[in-house]
Amino acid sequence: MEHDPSPASRSLPTLPEIRGTGAFTLVGGDVVDVAQVAQSIATFGDRYLRRVFTDREVSHCTAGGRDPAPHLAARFAAKEATFKALRPGDASLDWRWIEVRPRADGSCGLRLYRGMRALAKRRGVRRLELSMSHDGAYAIAIVVGDVSLPPSTTGSSRDNLRRTHRR
Amino acid sequence: MSDEIRTILKEHGRLSADATTLGDDADLYKVGMTSHASVNVMLALEAKFDIEFPDRMLKRSVFETIASIREAVEELTSGR
Repeated sequence: MEHDPSPASRSLPTLPEIRGTGAFTLVGGDVVDVAQVAQSIATFGDRYLRRVFTDREVSHCTAGGRDPAPHLAARFAAKEATFKALRPGDASLDWRWIEVRPRADGSCGLRLYRGMRALAKRRGVRRLELSMSHDGAYAIAIVVGDVSLPPSTTGSSRDNLRRTHRR
Repeated sequence: MSDEIRTILKEHGRLSADATTLGDDADLYKVGMTSHASVNVMLALEAKFDIEFPDRMLKRSVFETIASIREAVEELTSGR
C-alpha cells in the first residue's frame, strides 16, 4: 500500500481545550542560530535552500544582495514554530509546505500548502498569526493559532469536533 | 553503513554526545540534535549515499536513531 504522507489521516496529539468553551489556542515557538543557517548555505548551497525554503522565500531573503542568513533563520524558526503549534505527531511534513509571506504593512504571515494545509484544516484552525525577529546571533519566531468550535455547533457534531482534537 | 552515518552525525548533528560511541537505538534528539541539524544530516546523507529522501520520510522518527536512519538509507539504496 502506498504511504500517505498527509497528516490528514493520522492520529494527532491532543490539544488543550480551554475548559468548557470549545476554544483552543495553539502556540509554538522556536529559536535558530543564524550562524548555523549561514553554515548550511555555505556547505550545501542550493540543495539546502531548495529543500527547506520556497522559491518566493529565497528570492525575498536574497533581494538586494543582503545577507540572507538572518532572514532565512527567522523563516526556519517560523516553520518549526508552526510545526510545534499544530502538533503533527510523526506525520511526514515538508518544510516548504509552510511559507512566510510578507504583508503590505511590513508584518509577515503564513501560507500553508498540501500536508500542512490539511493538518490545519483537521485541527479546525481559523487563524494563524506569526511574529519573527532576529538580533545578532539568533532568530526567533512565535506562532499563535485560534481554534474555536462555532457556537451553532451543538450536540453530537460538537462532540465529534472535540474528539478530533483529542486524538 | 552505521559508521558512515555516525561520521555524518558527528560532523552535522551538533550532538552533545560523541556520535562514534552512541548506541544504534540512542535517541538523537535527546542528545541535542535540533530540527535544523537534522536537515543538515539529511543533506549530508543524500550526498554520501547518492539518494534523496522522499516526502514520506521527512518525519521525526526517521532521524530519531542511528538504526532508523540506517533503515531509511538501506531502503533508498536497495535494488541498485
